[in-house]
Parts: sequence; C-alpha cells; structure tokens
Amino acid sequence: MDNIAGKKSALTWAVNIAVVALVALWVFPTLGLLISSFRTGDQIASSGWWKSMLPTEQNLTLRTAGGDEAELVDGLYTVSGNLFAVEGIDPLDISAFGTSSRAVGAYEPGETVDMGDGEIIAVEANGDYVFTSVEEMSGRGQRVFVTAEVAPEFTLENYNNMLFDPNNIEGMSKAFFNTLTVSIPATIIPILVAAFAAYALAWMDFPGRALLIAAIVGLLVVPLQLALIPLLKFHNEIGIGKGYLGVWMAHTGFGLPLAIYILRNYMVGLPRDIIENAKVDGATDFQIFTKIILPLSFPALASFAIFQFLWTWNDLLVAIVFLIDSSGETTVMTKQIIELLGTRGGNWEILATAAFVSIAVPLVVFFAMQKYLVRGLLAGSVK
Amino acid sequence: MNPALQGLLTIVIGVGGCVAYFYFSNLFVDKVLFPPRGPNAGRNINRANMVRPWLFLLPALLALGLYLAYPVVETLRLSLTERVRGGGYEFVGLDNYRQMLSEPKFWEGFNNNLLWLIVVPAASTAFGLLAAQLTDRIKWGSFAKSLIFMPMAISFVGAAVIFKLIYDTRPAGQDQIGVLNAVWLGFDGGVGSFIWLRLVPAILLLALAAGAGALAWSLIKPVIGREGRNPGAIFAALRLLGAALMAGAVFLMLRQTLSVFTADFPYGQPQTWLTIPFWNNFFLMIVLIWIQTGFAMVLLSAALRGIPEETVEAAIVDGANPFQIFFKIKMPQIVGTIVVVWTTITIIVLKVFDIVFAMTNGQWETQVLANYMYDKLFRANDWGVGSAGAMVIMLMVTPILVWNVYNARKEMR
Repeated sequence: MDNIAGKKSALTWAVNIAVVALVALWVFPTLGLLISSFRTGDQIASSGWWKSMLPTEQNLTLRTAGGDEAELVDGLYTVSGNLFAVEGIDPLDISAFGTSSRAVGAYEPGETVDMGDGEIIAVEANGDYVFTSVEEMSGRGQRVFVTAEVAPEFTLENYNNMLFDPNNIEGMSKAFFNTLTVSIPATIIPILVAAFAAYALAWMDFPGRALLIAAIVGLLVVPLQLALIPLLKFHNEIGIGKGYLGVWMAHTGFGLPLAIYILRNYMVGLPRDIIENAKVDGATDFQIFTKIILPLSFPALASFAIFQFLWTWNDLLVAIVFLIDSSGETTVMTKQIIELLGTRGGNWEILATAAFVSIAVPLVVFFAMQKYLVRGLLAGSVK
Repeated sequence: MNPALQGLLTIVIGVGGCVAYFYFSNLFVDKVLFPPRGPNAGRNINRANMVRPWLFLLPALLALGLYLAYPVVETLRLSLTERVRGGGYEFVGLDNYRQMLSEPKFWEGFNNNLLWLIVVPAASTAFGLLAAQLTDRIKWGSFAKSLIFMPMAISFVGAAVIFKLIYDTRPAGQDQIGVLNAVWLGFDGGVGSFIWLRLVPAILLLALAAGAGALAWSLIKPVIGREGRNPGAIFAALRLLGAALMAGAVFLMLRQTLSVFTADFPYGQPQTWLTIPFWNNFFLMIVLIWIQTGFAMVLLSAALRGIPEETVEAAIVDGANPFQIFFKIKMPQIVGTIVVVWTTITIIVLKVFDIVFAMTNGQWETQVLANYMYDKLFRANDWGVGSAGAMVIMLMVTPILVWNVYNARKEMR
C-alpha cells in the first residue's frame, strides 16, 4: 500500500538505513559492556573496546634478565636472551623500543643504543637482546619499553574471577543466589493472590466492585517511595526486621495492583458461555476458578510473571531498604554493583563483568518470553 | 537456615497457604456456615454468594491496604511530625515542609525533576514513534524491534554501568576508552566540527522551534479567528496560556540556536561529562530514554497497526504526501495511545532513583526528588523532611492518578 506512490525502492532503502542506524545506536552501549567483560584490565585501559576486534599497538614494559645472570664476555658484563621469554609471554613483532619511560618508542629494532655510564643495549624485532655494561650489574634487569602489535585477545578470566573464585570477597556468586532467592518467591506468591482477586472482580457480582477496580487503578501509580518508612517501621514492630520475609512481602504488595489489573482485564475477556455452562452443570465458583479460569488465563499469568520477575531481579530500592542489613550477607547484585562502582570505579574488567552477570538472566528471560512481555505491556497500561 | 531453602519453604508455605485458605474458606462457607440444603436452602445460597467475593478478595485487599494504602496515610502523618529525643513523635504542623522548602538541594531536585518530566517522556515517545513507524515497513522489523526493546530487561543499575563506560574519561594524551570522549576528540574545530556541532544542532533547534510555533499558532487561531462562536472564556484562556508557553519555548530555542554558533567549545580536551553542571542532567536522562524508548515503541506500534487501512488509502487517493498521511491521518488516530505512553513514562520519571543514585548520587547539581528523599530518610535519618519529600512526589503523581481512574471508569461503563 505504501508503494502506490511509485517511489518504493528509494524510500525502502532510506527506511532500512535509518532502522540500521537506530538499532546500532541502541545495541552499541550493551555491546560495549559485553565485549569489555571479555578483555583484561590492561586491554580495557589501553584502548577503546571498539578497537578490540583489530590488532592494536600496545606499549609493554619488559625487563632483561637480572644482574646475577650476567657473564663476563670480552671484559664486559653481558646478559642476553629474549625479552618475551623473560616475562613468559608469546613473542610479538616489535616496531619500536625505548629505554626511558619518557621516550618509549625512541629506537628502531636492530639499533644498538648507548645508554650512557658504559651501558649498551641492542634489541631485535623478535625480542632478542644483548645488554652489556662495563660495571658489574646488580639487582633486577634493565627496563625496556617496547611497542608491538598485539592480536585481539579475549579471556574468560573475568567471569572466572567474579563467579567461581571463592576467595574473591567482591565476587558475584553470593549476590547472584541472593537475588534469585528474592525474586522467585516474590514472583510466585503475588500471582496466586492476585488471580483469585481478579476472578472476583471480573466474574462475581457484589456491591462496591466498580469502586474497588477504580481503587486498584489508582494504586497502580502510587510511588513505592511512600511505603519505605511506614513499612520498615511496621516490619520492625512485628519482629521480622530486615530480611527475606520482609522483602518478599513488600514485593508482593507492590506487585499486586498490576497483577490484579492485568489478570482482571484478561479474565473479563474470556467467553461468558463457558462460565455459565459450568455453573449450570453445578460447578462452584472455586471449581470454575481452578479448573477453567486459571488454565485459560495462562498468557496473562505469564505476562505478569515476567514483569514481576524482571522488576524484582532488577530492583535496588526495595532491597536496600527491606533486605540488606549492616552485615551485608544478604546483598543482592544491584547493590553489589553500586558498591563496586564506589570502590572499583576505574576497574572496568570487574565492573563490566559484574554488570553483565546481573544483566544476563533478564536478557535470557526477555528473549525467550518476549511475546508474553509485549502482551503484558499492552494489557497493563491504563487506557 | 540456608536462604535458598528458606525461599523454597516460603514458596511452599505461601502458595500452599493461599490454596488452603481459598479452598477451606470456600468449603467452610458451603458446608458449615450456609449449607445449601435444609429449610433455608435458598436463603443460604444467596448469602454464600454474597460472602464469597470477599473471601476471594480478602488476601489481596489486606496486602494492598497494608502495603500501599496505609503508607500513604502514614507518610502524610509522619511528614507532619518530628521525632522527639528518647522516642515518640510530636506534631509540628508544616514545619517539615517549611524546612524542606528552604533547602537549596530540594529546589535543585525539584527543578531537575521538572526538566526530566519534560525531556524524557517527550524524547522516549518521539523515538518510540519513529522506531515504530520505521520498523513496521521493513521485513526484519520484528528483529529490529526486539533489539530496541531489549534495554527494558536491563536494570537501571546495569544501565548506569553501561553508560558510565560510555562517559568514561582518561587524561589528555591517553587513549580514551569512553566512546563519547573518543568521538569528542575527533572534533578539531574544522569544517566537520562546524557541521556536526553547530549547523546540525542549530537546524534541529530551529525545527523544534518551528514545531512549537506551529502548535502555538494552532492554539491561538480559534481564539482570535472567529470571535462570533467563542466557546467560553476558560477555554480561550487555557488556549492563550498554552500559546504563551509555546511562544516562550520558541524564544528559548531561538536564543539557544544563537548560542550554538557563538559558544566556545573546548576542542581537544577530554571532558568529564557527568560533572558539567546542567548538561550532566541530560547525560543521565539519556539512560532512561534508552530504556523507555522500547516500551513506547511497542505500544505505539500496536496502535499504528490498529489504524484502519481505508483511512490511509483514502488519503493516498486524495493525493496526500507521506508526511501529511503521518501527521494528519495517523497521528490523530493514535493520540490516545500517545497519552498513555506519555503518562506511564511520566510516572516512571517521577520515581527515578537508581540511575541518579548509581551514576552521580545527586552530586554536581543532578539531584532529583526521589534521591533527595532517600538521602533525608536513610542518610540524614530525618523522617519528617524525608516524608515531606515523598508527599511532594505523591502530589505530582496525583493528577495522573485521577486521570487514570477517570478513564478506567469511563471505559468500564
């Protein structure tokens, strides 16, 4: 229909290019974090992640062998060997080298450099060196700065560090399980409570029903910020204080309006005949609900479950107010990331990995159940 | 006990408890309280049917009342009281509000929130509309949509980390690892810089100004045009007010356009983006816009598909160009959805906390109300002023709350 005007091809191209640009803009930030989480700290600090696919020129600081390995050759103390072998890294092609940190690329490989004080060094492109001195050498070897092309390299070390290293107190494994412990009950419990209420609001007649529905629509937008202090006081009074029970209850309460709203709107749309037939056949409301309504409402239940899961998994505020006490034993991933932002602000290999560990599960849920999420969005916004 | 085990147990108890409650309370009503047999069978059936809805609703109502309705009242009460030394509370009237209003940090948060309220919903809706309109026309549209929608799944904290990497700054001379600074250092004051940093923004600003001007004109035209059928003084006053606001916006944009040309940009120096006052607010807003555009796109795309084809076809036959089709045929039909998207994002903006908390924590003049309130409640431990701040947020939400309830009731009738 859009091609009636006869300018189809040009317009289609323009649209395609615009969408590619838009998608690139939206994916780019996440991609940066993902790629950074597979790079070492040195790599991240020395070049932008968008260059990580190409070989990069890096400046490395290497050392010759120490003074105790020196041999007397022709009256000169001499150490020789390969710079890369000393550090135990794979040999690279050196494009320039230097002997002072102020001029790291001063000399071409193959040059012989007089460093003064009778010290002379020669470095070949493959890293072989000869270092001689008229005086006896002592201590660690001479520093050599080399510039070399480094092939793109990715590592799983960051994930290993953050997830599976039991000695790493900044690790995410504990926080990961805590987050899981928060979000699963906080997703399941409100569904059941809301489903019964939604059925009553959709299919039972009683005075005040319209008023209740209006109240629930109103509660949909009440900011949970208002609930923090009153509920914390309440939790302290009834003795559950800060802990999992409190955070489950809070998430249940905050999730209910949306759950009831989505489920009621869905249940109202179910065909009236089914329910009336069942009633005629002598089914009670309880039976109708469990045997007919609940199975038929699966799409709406799934929509809400995804919402609630994403919300509880990604939540920070409710967790820091109702769950995390001073011991920090119950910390969740979002809180852990905030702490890392404070203490490890520059260590991007740690931050990127931590963030991606917390993002990964919602992303999997998102791509696996996107259909239900979209359906829930369409049903859950007040029209 | 292991928290995971505790969690499992809670699920079992919670779910089992719910099922047991619903099952046994229904059984109790049917078998014991109002059995549908004997001399009063008819009356009992009616009574059981009167009670049953409330049985179904009871747990939900308890939870809603305790976790959402009661806190509103309690926060209002707390905002009017002050903690007394040694325990207890004392009624202090509006003192907390007075103290809050005298704090510059509150006004900083309030003004920034207003800025957020204008920019984020507008930008998210605009980008969402653009994405919806474009992706609906191509073959791989649904794939593109799911990629633009993806940030919805990412937590605010995760998004904050993602964008902190983008805004990262290294000292001059080193390789920049933040994209924004890398791009910034690409500008050197030459022709490219002139086009991208002065000409393009100026054109965009002029386009915005033109849009605002057109809106102002369309608001004012009926008032000055046909004096004969004046629809009422209040209506006319509202239109004039709107037109005046738009005229103000036009003026600001024109002034901004001029300053784009005269501004002196620090080329070649890496910037610490999050510490530049005023503009750093926009760098924080970008995070939320990035997340919310997908939401706007999904809703608007559904609305665009719901437009009857005949209306568009008729317009094409009548010779309308694509712009006319979009603005004069499609837009009026999806205005309802745009309002829904706008209000939903507005609510999210009013509650925005995590992004500011994680990225700047309100430093460098980026405070917002929710973070101000959190500061007062949990850092300064001043529950009175903190609750007053929460009430301000509630007050700002209230118009949308009323509007939603009004619409929901209208729809149900």
